[in-house]
Amino acid sequence: MLTYAARRLLGAIPTLLVILTITFFLIRLAPGGPFDGERTLPAEIERNLAAAYHLDEPLPLQYVRYLGQVLQGDFGPSFKYKDFSVTQLIWSGFPVSLQLGGTAMLLAVVIGTALGAFAALRQNSGLDYGVMGAAMVGIAVPNFVIAPLLTLVLGVHLGWLPTGGWGSWQQMLLPVLALALPQIAYIARMTRASMIELLRSNFIRTARAKGLPERVTIFRHALKGALLPVVSYLGPATAAVITGSVVIEQIFGIPGIGRYFVQGALNRDYTLVMGVVIFYGVLIIVFNLLVDLAYGLLDPRVRYD
Amino acid sequence: MVMNDPSLAGPGAVRPMTVRGRSLWGDAGRRLLRNKAAVAAVIILLLVVLACFVGPLLVPYELDEIFWDAIMTPPDWAGGHLFGTDANGRDLLVRTLNGGQISLMVGLVATAVSLTIGVLYGATAGYLGGRADSVMMRLVDVLYSLPFMFFVILLMVFFGRNIVLIFVAIGAVEWLDMARIVRGQTLSIKRKEFIEAARAGGVRPVSIIRRHIIPNTLGPVVVYMTLTVPKVILLESFLSFLGLGVQEPMTSWGVLISEGAANMESSWWMLVFPAGFLAVTLFSLNFIGDGIRDALDPKDR
Amino acid sequence: MRNFRKFLTCAGLALALTLPAAASLRAEIVLKRGNGAEPESLDPAISTGVPESFIQIDIFEGLVHPGPDGTLRPGVAESWQVSDDGLTYTFKLRPDAVWSDGSPLTAKDFIYSWARMVDPATASNYAFILWPIRNAEQITKGEMPKDRLAAEAVDDHTLKVTLRAPTAYFLQMLMHHSAYPVPRQAIEKFGPEWTRPGNIVTNGAYTIQEWVPQGHIKAVKNPRFRDAASVQIDIVYYYPVEEYGTELKQFRAGELHTTYDVPQEQIPWLEQNMADQFRNSPYFGTYYYGINVTREPFKSNPKLRHALAMALDRDILIKQITKGGEFPAYGWVPPGVPGYEQQQVSWAGTDQKTRVADAKKILADAGFDKSNPLKVELLYNTNDNHKKIAIAIAGMWKQFLGVETSLRNEEWKVYLESRNKKQFEVMRAAWIGDYVDPYSFLELLRGDIGEQNPAGYSNKDYDQAADKAANEKDPAARFKLLAEAEKTLLADMPIIPIYFYTQQHMVSDSVKGWQDNLMDWHPTRYLRVEK
Repeated sequence: MLTYAARRLLGAIPTLLVILTITFFLIRLAPGGPFDGERTLPAEIERNLAAAYHLDEPLPLQYVRYLGQVLQGDFGPSFKYKDFSVTQLIWSGFPVSLQLGGTAMLLAVVIGTALGAFAALRQNSGLDYGVMGAAMVGIAVPNFVIAPLLTLVLGVHLGWLPTGGWGSWQQMLLPVLALALPQIAYIARMTRASMIELLRSNFIRTARAKGLPERVTIFRHALKGALLPVVSYLGPATAAVITGSVVIEQIFGIPGIGRYFVQGALNRDYTLVMGVVIFYGVLIIVFNLLVDLAYGLLDPRVRYD
Repeated sequence: MVMNDPSLAGPGAVRPMTVRGRSLWGDAGRRLLRNKAAVAAVIILLLVVLACFVGPLLVPYELDEIFWDAIMTPPDWAGGHLFGTDANGRDLLVRTLNGGQISLMVGLVATAVSLTIGVLYGATAGYLGGRADSVMMRLVDVLYSLPFMFFVILLMVFFGRNIVLIFVAIGAVEWLDMARIVRGQTLSIKRKEFIEAARAGGVRPVSIIRRHIIPNTLGPVVVYMTLTVPKVILLESFLSFLGLGVQEPMTSWGVLISEGAANMESSWWMLVFPAGFLAVTLFSLNFIGDGIRDALDPKDR
Repeated sequence: MRNFRKFLTCAGLALALTLPAAASLRAEIVLKRGNGAEPESLDPAISTGVPESFIQIDIFEGLVHPGPDGTLRPGVAESWQVSDDGLTYTFKLRPDAVWSDGSPLTAKDFIYSWARMVDPATASNYAFILWPIRNAEQITKGEMPKDRLAAEAVDDHTLKVTLRAPTAYFLQMLMHHSAYPVPRQAIEKFGPEWTRPGNIVTNGAYTIQEWVPQGHIKAVKNPRFRDAASVQIDIVYYYPVEEYGTELKQFRAGELHTTYDVPQEQIPWLEQNMADQFRNSPYFGTYYYGINVTREPFKSNPKLRHALAMALDRDILIKQITKGGEFPAYGWVPPGVPGYEQQQVSWAGTDQKTRVADAKKILADAGFDKSNPLKVELLYNTNDNHKKIAIAIAGMWKQFLGVETSLRNEEWKVYLESRNKKQFEVMRAAWIGDYVDPYSFLELLRGDIGEQNPAGYSNKDYDQAADKAANEKDPAARFKLLAEAEKTLLADMPIIPIYFYTQQHMVSDSVKGWQDNLMDWHPTRYLRVEK
């Protein structure tokens, strides 16, 4: 397994290079440049700006220059937030997003799998319908509805919690909740489904028939197997959640990096977009690797040659 | 280990797989009809579809008709605006029903696209394994990482505004999760003895994937599919933001809900009605999904 | 009052010395401002947006500076003289002006700052603001070295500036952030990171202490500011809250003292429920639709443009749709420029019914009817308010004139490109003046301004009137020439004025000294917070 992981990590280098290259050219194809605004600038000023950011050079040269920078760990200055480098922006925002998203995801995994498992064990009971109904609400009500609703009720009208900002645990509660709810719902539904399937399968029947204690059967065998699809989902989902959500960050005024994915693109902030895309790419690769390794642990039948 | 229990390896495990073929869907249909919750959900969903596609003809207002003296008025049964009006004084009932056409279509087509690509791709990668799997999954990693927004903007720039593009754009990203889930299941299934047996029996890989692998991954696939529908319906409203989605005066539930969210304190009806329709649809889909899953479950025969 | 505060401060200090843990007893006065967006930069030569300018106005001070009511007051310059030909300005700088690091602020600092501003290597978006200074434009264009800028330090406290033409609005323009002095000592030492806390040196009432990107900026009182004694608020927080809905919730929960804006759709609710803290006042901006006059059918038929403008019922639009108390616009330059007579379209005096009837006739004369309706595509950038307005106007055109309008929304940058390349028929746009002068608006429609011209409009009479005004040093005669230009513009109607902006803020009861003004300038140094 170690050699497999090492090989995968080595294989990440060409993957990242492909991501970097495609993104580099893709974002420059989109109409509009980083310095376009309500006021169209005189041609000479536009030229000065382009020269200052090397945007006047031929694309291949820009690409080589950028690649060289990245290899030295330098993602360049942000085109929009000009007092900061992309690296500084990411390292200032990522701990916040990680703390927020990590907490939410942890909460979602624990509560989601527990709810899903219980619902599966009591399939078609009131509990099952209740949990799954709640989960559907969690999925059907989007973030941009639930988050303002929470701040309005708990923050403005009841005054129990701050409506926004970042720093204290009180400020964390609502965004974590808003972020975790749909994930809980997803995970609960997926756990329930594969759990039900596994509970019916032959080997659980056999385990039960063999007289293994129910607890052992459920936790060691059923739940473990049932987690397989959940884990597949968790890889990319975790990478996405810990890199922040633009909706949650804007509604709660949280200084994370989620907004850079959307606003960087809207602003045509080429360097910032490149930075967050590569950063996200690394996380995706790492988490998908962890998922693949987890398959091996959850199900010994899965082998990598 | 229980996982290597001999009961899985017996010829009994192979037999139903090889003869099942044709009768799978027929059987499933019969089972589905016996599931009361699923049947009720199908009826409700049909009612929603009917309302969305036929309803607008029965409402005496046009989609873009503005009532200047009824801007953002609450539901009013006497006044004729059953769902109230929006910020431009347009009848919300007719807009909600019309928006349903787009959202249901997006939900159906985009999910189908992501399902088809995702299942085939994931099952193939998982079954082939080794280098092929590695390359195919790295491609998925790349697609996960690419900035979706630029993809959408470029689609619009190069191909103009076209409803088909919405399906392409959404389908193109939503299959990734599906592919990973199916591949994960496949990795586990392909070591099972009945697959080994089929392979030893000389069955071609394409048939193995189609007849043995895919049916055995359907459980999580169907569930994930029901989770994909709300995702794509809401994603469509984001495309509208980028200018690719539906254009005014056309609308969709996603667009209506985001308008409603901005006005939730002053005009609750703008949020409640479209969100209600979406919720009812999703609940029905959910029960139908569970029903289909139960009906298809090969282990349950 | 001030003595009492001092007493409190001393008492607080004494307490703090005896009880270290109670240091916070010294009641520091804190103001929390919603500030709209994360600043692009705090460097006055680099930033372009309004949120940045709200911070810069607190931490820098130019030669002249806005007072609490937004009107021009002496800043670093205590007085100035203008030569008879209107070309030379001689500023007398305050001898006690210093930077926050204690070094003196002299005429040389201004020359350095302005030369840096127009230097091509700085690549400043707003370099052209200083182009009225002789040679500035040539420097930006790389035709002259930057030491040729016609600004001269007669001595440490006397600055002589020569202009290329008598520019009546020059002093107004000096209030723009581009004209602020910047600290050479910090810039040369820290390079692009000079605006960071710890590095930054300022000459305004405040200086930056903390900067968490997307989180907040914390500014503290600059004790060396020349008028520090009158500054009441000790600490200012600027929060880059982008969602106006979020900002309003934070205000209602008591987490902000002032907001950057309010959600448009909540204005009626605010007027009803929070009227005492809701501020709504005129702003120096015009919301308009540009017509692409390089394309038929509008190219050769100005009347057709008028028809669209006439059928647009601005009163209904403002009362029912925008609801922000905006003012119906029948001219291009917003009201509020002292001494300038506002211009209006010829039909502004008629009622809406007559306008619609006349508009119908124009359309019929041009050969459009039910079987052959005029078809228009309306471009707008994605935004709820623009959408609402576009839907309403399309509805009016359809209902009143039978014009068939299709709507096309685009994301901001795509929209800008379509607009600049004139790939539209009619598009929504808005213009906010950089300085209180009609030319800040009229410049936009010059035939020689290039892509910036929102309609592709070009009229020699218009350009000539504007040129003449540029060389006219008598303010009244100049305004007359500009009014003539505006009249020409309104007769040609390449743009449809819709409304003049208003600006909205929430200002807490506890904040005193907030005066509404046309440029929306509210420097913290004039505000107080009372419990």
